[in-house]
Amino acid sequence: MNLTLKIWRQKDAQSKGQMVDYPIKGIEGDMSFLEMLDVLNEELINKGEEPVEFDHDCREGICGTCSLQINGEPHGPDRLITTCQLHMRKFNDGDTIVIEPFRATAFPVIKDLIVDRSAFDRIQQAGGYISVNTSGNTVDANAIPIDKHTADEAMDAATCIGCGACVAACKNASAMLFTSAKVSQFALLPQGQVEAVDRVQNMVRQMDLEGFGNCTNTGACEVECPKGISLENIARMNREYLSATVKG
Amino acid sequence: MGILDSKVPSGPLAEKWTKHKNDINLVNPANKRNIDIIVVGTGLAGGAAAATLAELGYNVKTFCYQDSPRRAHSIAAQGGINAAKNYQGDGDSPYRLFYDTIKGGDYRSREANVYRLAEESANIIDQCVAQGVPFAREYGGLLDNRSFGGVLVSRTFYAKGQTGQQLLLGCYSAMNRQINRGKIQPFNRHEMMDLVLVDGKARGIIARDLITGEIERHSAHAVVLATGGYGNVFFLSTNAMGSNVTAAWRAHRKGAFFANPCFTQIHPTCIPVSGDHQSKLTLMSESLRNDGRIWVPKRLEDAQAIREGKLKPTQLGEEERDYYLERRYPAFGNLVPRDVASRAAKERCDAGFGVNKTGEAVYLDFAAAIQRYGKEEALTHGIKNADAKEITELGRKVVEAKYGNLFQMYEKIVDENPYETPMMIYPAVHYTMGGLWVDYNLQTTIEGCYCAGEANFSDHGANRLGASALMQGLADGYFVLSYTIGDYLSNDIRTGPIPTDSKEFDAAETAVKERLNKLMNGSGEHSVDYYHKKLGKIMWNKCGMARNAKELQEAIDEISALRADFWDNVKIPGKAEGMNQELEKAGRVADFLELGELFAKDALHRNESCGGHFREEYQTPEGEALRDDKNFKYVAAWEFKGEPKDAVLHKEDLKYENIELKTRSYK
Amino acid sequence: MSGLTKSSIARKVVMALSGLFLVFFLGQHFVINVTSVIAPDTFNSWSHFMGYNGLVQFILQPILIAGVIIHFVMGIVLELQNNKARAIKYKKYNGGANASWMSRNMIITGLVVLAFLGLHMYDFWIHEMDYKYISGNPEDPTRYLEETIHKFEPIWRTLLYVISFVLLALHLWHGFASSFQSMGVNNKYSPAIQTFTKIYAIVIPLGFIFIALYHHFNPITH
Repeated sequence: MNLTLKIWRQKDAQSKGQMVDYPIKGIEGDMSFLEMLDVLNEELINKGEEPVEFDHDCREGICGTCSLQINGEPHGPDRLITTCQLHMRKFNDGDTIVIEPFRATAFPVIKDLIVDRSAFDRIQQAGGYISVNTSGNTVDANAIPIDKHTADEAMDAATCIGCGACVAACKNASAMLFTSAKVSQFALLPQGQVEAVDRVQNMVRQMDLEGFGNCTNTGACEVECPKGISLENIARMNREYLSATVKG
Repeated sequence: MGILDSKVPSGPLAEKWTKHKNDINLVNPANKRNIDIIVVGTGLAGGAAAATLAELGYNVKTFCYQDSPRRAHSIAAQGGINAAKNYQGDGDSPYRLFYDTIKGGDYRSREANVYRLAEESANIIDQCVAQGVPFAREYGGLLDNRSFGGVLVSRTFYAKGQTGQQLLLGCYSAMNRQINRGKIQPFNRHEMMDLVLVDGKARGIIARDLITGEIERHSAHAVVLATGGYGNVFFLSTNAMGSNVTAAWRAHRKGAFFANPCFTQIHPTCIPVSGDHQSKLTLMSESLRNDGRIWVPKRLEDAQAIREGKLKPTQLGEEERDYYLERRYPAFGNLVPRDVASRAAKERCDAGFGVNKTGEAVYLDFAAAIQRYGKEEALTHGIKNADAKEITELGRKVVEAKYGNLFQMYEKIVDENPYETPMMIYPAVHYTMGGLWVDYNLQTTIEGCYCAGEANFSDHGANRLGASALMQGLADGYFVLSYTIGDYLSNDIRTGPIPTDSKEFDAAETAVKERLNKLMNGSGEHSVDYYHKKLGKIMWNKCGMARNAKELQEAIDEISALRADFWDNVKIPGKAEGMNQELEKAGRVADFLELGELFAKDALHRNESCGGHFREEYQTPEGEALRDDKNFKYVAAWEFKGEPKDAVLHKEDLKYENIELKTRSYK
Repeated sequence: MSGLTKSSIARKVVMALSGLFLVFFLGQHFVINVTSVIAPDTFNSWSHFMGYNGLVQFILQPILIAGVIIHFVMGIVLELQNNKARAIKYKKYNGGANASWMSRNMIITGLVVLAFLGLHMYDFWIHEMDYKYISGNPEDPTRYLEETIHKFEPIWRTLLYVISFVLLALHLWHGFASSFQSMGVNNKYSPAIQTFTKIYAIVIPLGFIFIALYHHFNPITH
């Protein structure tokens, strides 16, 4: 199929960027979206132009490196996948595809389609852990039984890959889904109870400091999340936060 | 051979590690504050090492090319992590895990290291649970296990099909705790460009800031390399796009011996290649072989009809299918080790039984499992006289709960529903058992330069068992390096900070800059990918699942020629200052072009078949691998001498005092 | 106040609580208004009670006004912050693909409702204040219905009311259930809350519209 790509090009963080049109030919349905960009870049390199820089690594939907706002949606029109798992069979011959970086003040553009998502890391550093030494001298793994339902719920929250699609999709660029997934995982497990009060307060404080927007419960994040992280996590974090405020 | 001292402690196998820990020197807490350690790579091994070393009090700097440590490729491990917990009461023990690992590795790994790994395995699970890793549990609230290839017990702990992700996030959370304390300084989007040696000791690295392009000097009292494997030398592999050999190779060029480079694991269950545009291959977890049955049509004409789209696999009856693994290996069936399963698939496809357009795919079928689980469910839920549809529905739900995310992944890529039609799979490069040679303390042949995880060679011999990579990474990082590196650093308590303005740092930085300039100044004929793909083709065709002397020699010559061409004619647009992904790739491919040649040389010299290394000249009449313990029961450690083909071989003889060498049989 | 707004979650909760309070008030208001159609005498007596009862006038009324102001001010603050959180906008943003129009446009529906409140206050509240406290007219427990019906004589006012209530319905459609999520309620009762929200968001505004139209088409003829 033949397509027209409209891609955001920006030299570096300081430069002003703009959309540039690239026609592209001979794209097959079996190609992934990023392989389609590989084809474009190979063409650009052969023409002596600078290729389009974009973040990607594992290309199997788990590392959370790839991003891209495709036709106005993070990770494109398909559901429960990352951009690297999006296949060109989702598009039609003659389509125009608009490709932009994830936009949020807390995610500044580094170059072209690459943004800086280290705000997420700082949120996790603020409390996304259980303070246990890595000595191996802990209790036996089966000493505290955890009921299967709770363990599964914790796992569902823990599957967050930190890609930032929730922020990119949200009209407010809110990071509540990400933060709440991290808070929930620990809030659900008995091991996480000890530091629960400080954890939620510190992580929410950091989230606010990074300049993310406020959650208005539009639910866009849940729809666009490649791992299907549920809004229940946001409600849980709200509860945790309220109870921490009362206790703390 | 005296040059390689493995430093394995004396004494009975089961007591070596405990005794060693008691014998080695420690650094007191006050002195640890004055010691800096660089950790390159933040996967399970690097992340765990960084967290533990920082917790102990050392000042740690971590480096990773990703934008966050938590994106390292350990995250992609799906199936699980082994540990000799014996929670299932099925007779597991550290010894049995040790035995399985040595045997699975086809008797080419070091006994003492593997035993230590098996010993520490149980601690890993305790540690991870304490950190909040949400492992799968049974209804009683206790941890669940599954079984993996090459073993007769259930010792694999898992978190859905995302075990690597959960372990890495656990590791990263431990890192975060130390980052928050200021004990770890993370340098993300930084790539190690070279190792700096001062007086023969590793004392720092030269790194490139991948955003600004700046070349930076970082000094430390010791350097830990935990930079993963080099599977991307094949271009197509299950590794991440950025996975590379550069850090290990730079260390190799500075004096670290490279061990068994030809030992590569080709994983049997990957999604087949669909076309020339393919940039990477996707693994379908080995855990699928617990329930999936592998087959190809019995008759050539059926295979052909399927390839042409005239016949559907579901139309073939049981008697028309060849469950070749169950036929050839009745004892282990579909759960034979990876190397065996991969070769068997290749054998069937080469014989013309492949089932996709390219003829390079076999089926992995869940229909029988869906029926079996469906009947079980109907029984446990007291549904009497369930009809076929109900049973299928119930069974489907069980399979979905176990492998849902893998099935979804498959459907997105292949556009076929694996609940209804069998999956197609084919082997792909997945893991490299070879790596930097390390002694028992995980120190390379460069003093002060340590190597952990997949980047070293130590634990998996010629073939790694499933769910053992995560185990090794975490054991090295959490529980081994923390002790052994202290022994070395106890001599450094009075050294003081290592200056970065020495002539050694000057020279290393200049060399890095010159190399980058040279890359930027190629004639501009071809892109980096052009060379990488060419290298991958040579590697896959001549150093892949089956190798022979003639083709290996050709590979050496071809890679050497390709490398010369690369340096003359590579084309990298843009500038070295600032972000330039083509330049990043070029540096990595340049190193792969050297490693590939050493790889072929190693494969050529090893005149035997063992584990993942299969030499067509050395096989039994039934086509099984023919090992030569008399001549090749050693680790081949290569010393760099200018050109990869001139590398000098050093042998570490492998002593088996606790295990009797046998022909590996899974029949 | 700073304690209430120091974090994004606290701001959400304030929004939710004030919103829920207004939702409750709306229901109460509706019940009184309905009597203007079905039981004119009751309407007059209830209205009189509301207008002259000290508890209502000096405790509940200020609380209500505070609720409106807090909800409004906080809504604007959130909107401004949210705007700043994405300083550079997308060239193409397909918001409809993942969120309802109602949830994405609370500021629009909210501002329209606010403008309507201005008109409504001018029509009734200012008139009442003037009648009672400035002009110092005597109590007249029978005047309310007639005054109300007079208001709906001009078609423009009736239409404005109708349009405003449509937008109020859209505002409620998202806002009501959303306030539960903000306060951390997302459990097995949530589907029921969703359903109740939808019924409430349609029935109450529709009821108000009906009352407005009823009075417009049934003017008092002297």
